[in-house]
Amino acid sequence: MEQILFYILAGTTLVAALLTVNTAKIYRAVVYLLIALLGIAGIYFQMNYDFMGAVQLSVYAGGVMVLLVYVVMLTEKVGEPIRRIAPFRRAIAGITVLLLMGLALFAIWKFDFQTLGNDSPVTVEQVGKAMLSYERNGFVLPFEVISVLLLAVMIGAIVIAKSKIQKNTDQ
Amino acid sequence: MIWIPALPLISFLLLGLFNRYFRKEPVAGYVGVASLGTAWVLALYTAWKYFFEVGLQNGQYVPFTPFKWEWIHFTDKLSIDMGILLDPISVMMLVVVTTISFMVHIYSIGYMHGDEGFARFYAYLSLFSFSMLSLVLASNIFQIYIFWELVGVSSFLLIGYYFVKPSAIAAAKKAFIVTRFADFFFLVGILMIGYFVGTFDIETLNSEGTIAWIAQHPGPVFMGLSVVTWALILIFVGGAGKSAMFPLHIWLPDAMEGPTPVSALIHAATMVVAGVYLVARMFPLFYHVDNGFALRIVAAVGTFSALFAAIIALTQEDIKRVLAYSTMSQIGYMMMALGVSGYEGVEGLGYMAGMFHLFTHAMFKALLFLIAGVVIHAVHSNLMKDMGGLHKYMPIASWTFLIAALAISGIPPMAGFYSKDEILHAAFEYSFIIWLTGFLVAGLTAFYMFRLYFRIFHNGTREYHHRPKEDSRAMTGPLIFLAVLTLTVGWVFTPFSEYVTPTRVPFHYHIHWGSPLVLGSMAIALTGILAAYFFYYKPTEYPQKVARAFGITYKWAKDKFYMDELYLFVTKRIIFDKISKPAAWFDRNVVDGMMDALGNTTVWISNRIKGLQSGRLQEYGIYFVYGVVVLIMVFYFLNF
Amino acid sequence: MIEGVSIQVILTFTTVLFFIGLYGFLTRTHLIGILISLELMLNSEAINFVAVNKYLHPEFLQGAVFSLFILALAAAETALALAIILQVYRRTGSVDVKEVKELKY
Repeated sequence: MEQILFYILAGTTLVAALLTVNTAKIYRAVVYLLIALLGIAGIYFQMNYDFMGAVQLSVYAGGVMVLLVYVVMLTEKVGEPIRRIAPFRRAIAGITVLLLMGLALFAIWKFDFQTLGNDSPVTVEQVGKAMLSYERNGFVLPFEVISVLLLAVMIGAIVIAKSKIQKNTDQ
Repeated sequence: MIWIPALPLISFLLLGLFNRYFRKEPVAGYVGVASLGTAWVLALYTAWKYFFEVGLQNGQYVPFTPFKWEWIHFTDKLSIDMGILLDPISVMMLVVVTTISFMVHIYSIGYMHGDEGFARFYAYLSLFSFSMLSLVLASNIFQIYIFWELVGVSSFLLIGYYFVKPSAIAAAKKAFIVTRFADFFFLVGILMIGYFVGTFDIETLNSEGTIAWIAQHPGPVFMGLSVVTWALILIFVGGAGKSAMFPLHIWLPDAMEGPTPVSALIHAATMVVAGVYLVARMFPLFYHVDNGFALRIVAAVGTFSALFAAIIALTQEDIKRVLAYSTMSQIGYMMMALGVSGYEGVEGLGYMAGMFHLFTHAMFKALLFLIAGVVIHAVHSNLMKDMGGLHKYMPIASWTFLIAALAISGIPPMAGFYSKDEILHAAFEYSFIIWLTGFLVAGLTAFYMFRLYFRIFHNGTREYHHRPKEDSRAMTGPLIFLAVLTLTVGWVFTPFSEYVTPTRVPFHYHIHWGSPLVLGSMAIALTGILAAYFFYYKPTEYPQKVARAFGITYKWAKDKFYMDELYLFVTKRIIFDKISKPAAWFDRNVVDGMMDALGNTTVWISNRIKGLQSGRLQEYGIYFVYGVVVLIMVFYFLNF
Repeated sequence: MIEGVSIQVILTFTTVLFFIGLYGFLTRTHLIGILISLELMLNSEAINFVAVNKYLHPEFLQGAVFSLFILALAAAETALALAIILQVYRRTGSVDVKEVKELKY
């Protein structure tokens, strides 16, 4: 049962991703991305990692998507198809990517993984404790670093995106 | 002891570095005179103590090494030391150098009066004195070489003193290049000896142990001569360059471009005898190795140079040139004397005579040059045709010149008689031909010297549009002093063999007044003087007739046997055109060409591949992916 | 862990997703299109971390917590990139990739 669910979710995600990278209209690409993200959130839920799934939905599907839509609206005549590069070049890129993908898959299927069967769901409490713990497996440092990073990004985004200040030339 | 060379060094540094503070003229001169005067007194004191008090122990003069400092250490025995070695010849040279230098310093106060670079002149003179004194005091042959070069530099600076005259610059360059060329051989000789024998120290080299060792280990033989002989010959070549022996003599006449005090100091009395001093220093080696083969070469070169120079001196018109060739001839005598010398006891006569001649020659040759300076100063010309009848205007110069000319011709009781006679005696014991040449040269010397004397100071009377006079006491004082020395040194220090001998053991020798040799040499000297008297005391037609009689040979002699032209030909046509030009072409086109090609190729390659950086982000992404693929392939297929 | 699905299947899934994203990155001409492909790549990585953590070493939390960081980072980066794209649009009036070729030789 779980298997079938997984395959449906995975398939949806992959199809959506393919459509994302291939459509001609930018707004559609954003929407397909949203679908892909929803699929990924579902897989998180399936892996008993509820917290991550929730965060994915709220941050990504909620925040980032909105941002993307916003900027898309701001920039272009939204309905027009975007330029595509020549099919020859697309083929070259496709072949390159397939090549590397082939290698990666080859590596994955050749390797002998030792999977352990038992696992427990990862609760919010565990994540929270890990984030703030000082011991060997604690994540307090990356936590603090991320907060500084977010601050920097906020300031940076404001500085970069603001328009020119109008100078008061007379009076 | 170390103060003797150190004092001129200090005055050189003082005058050289603080040149601009010595604008008021005589101060620089006084500094120089003071330092040299003190050095002179110290040298006399050293000589007194050495020769008469402490030097003679067990019947032999002992060398003192009051100071030795190891500078560069090669192996246990081989090192370059800086030291002071006192033995009879070095002490004698100290006296000679300081005396002449002191006289020249005093003289220059008058001669260089009013010249712009007065302080500079004295600085260079001090530098020269310092280097020459350190050279004679050296205890290590490499140290001799170092100060040898320094003396060459001082000579260069002093010859080129009037550096705005192109002829002076050319002369300075010529002197330096020729001596430097000879010094190359000198260096090779030193290195050969140092490598083969294993030491640079002079006392060790001259010791009996080393000589016995060399006799037992002849080493590789090249063209029949052992290594050490070749090294000694090369060392002699270096000495020959500095002492203006044939064929390296070409720089000496041109060096007369320098101021006359310079000629007196350097090119008459001190620097040019450095070669003689060198041979005398290494005399035990020269004598013993390979049965003294190197010594025979010394004798041959010396004799030939003496004759060659005397012939040219007969024809020259410039008084300084005559004196220069005379110097070359007299140095030839000294080399000849060393060459024919034996070693033990009375056989060491040649050595002793050569050094004695060096001693006396310094006195009267410096005197002659200084007088020439006074005359040139008064008449404002170097050429004999502008002179004549100066006897009544410049009596001091005239009488002192007469004394010096008698000395160089070998008339007793002047100093020159004793030394020249002893040389001829030693030559006679050795080889008839050498004696005959020396004998003839003595006659020629007398002739050309008195030619000079009569044409300058007599030769009828002559009106000068401004009256020549001997003005400055600074200039005439040294003349009188040196003349007195010339008169007395001869019979005071005879027999010189009490002091200077090859083995350092004094022997006794006295002139046999009645022997045919002595009478013969006096006779030929008097013949020369009388001939000159007839030719030149009054203006006559004789000189021109004799010159025409000699025809083309006269012209050859006057043109110095075309040695300069020969050298120019060799250097310009052969070395410059055939060797230097192709080398320069090679350097420019091939060596530089390769470098340029390297650069140009790099630029060409970069022009071709700059398209890779297109600015398009996605292209970079593709390169990235390809790179990862390649790396994975490489690691997978090569490492597993 | 999901029963019945071996790790290799999940890893295959994430790999394919990643490479789809990569293809889009190399192929798109619209700046936001490139950004979207970047999002796909980052998300696939996040799932990869969580999967490996859950399947191979379930007693640790590294993978899970780290995915949170990846998420935060991706969001921040997207925000910044969009700010830049807005500036580019303001200066040149279009959002095509050929507007940003300044690093050309």
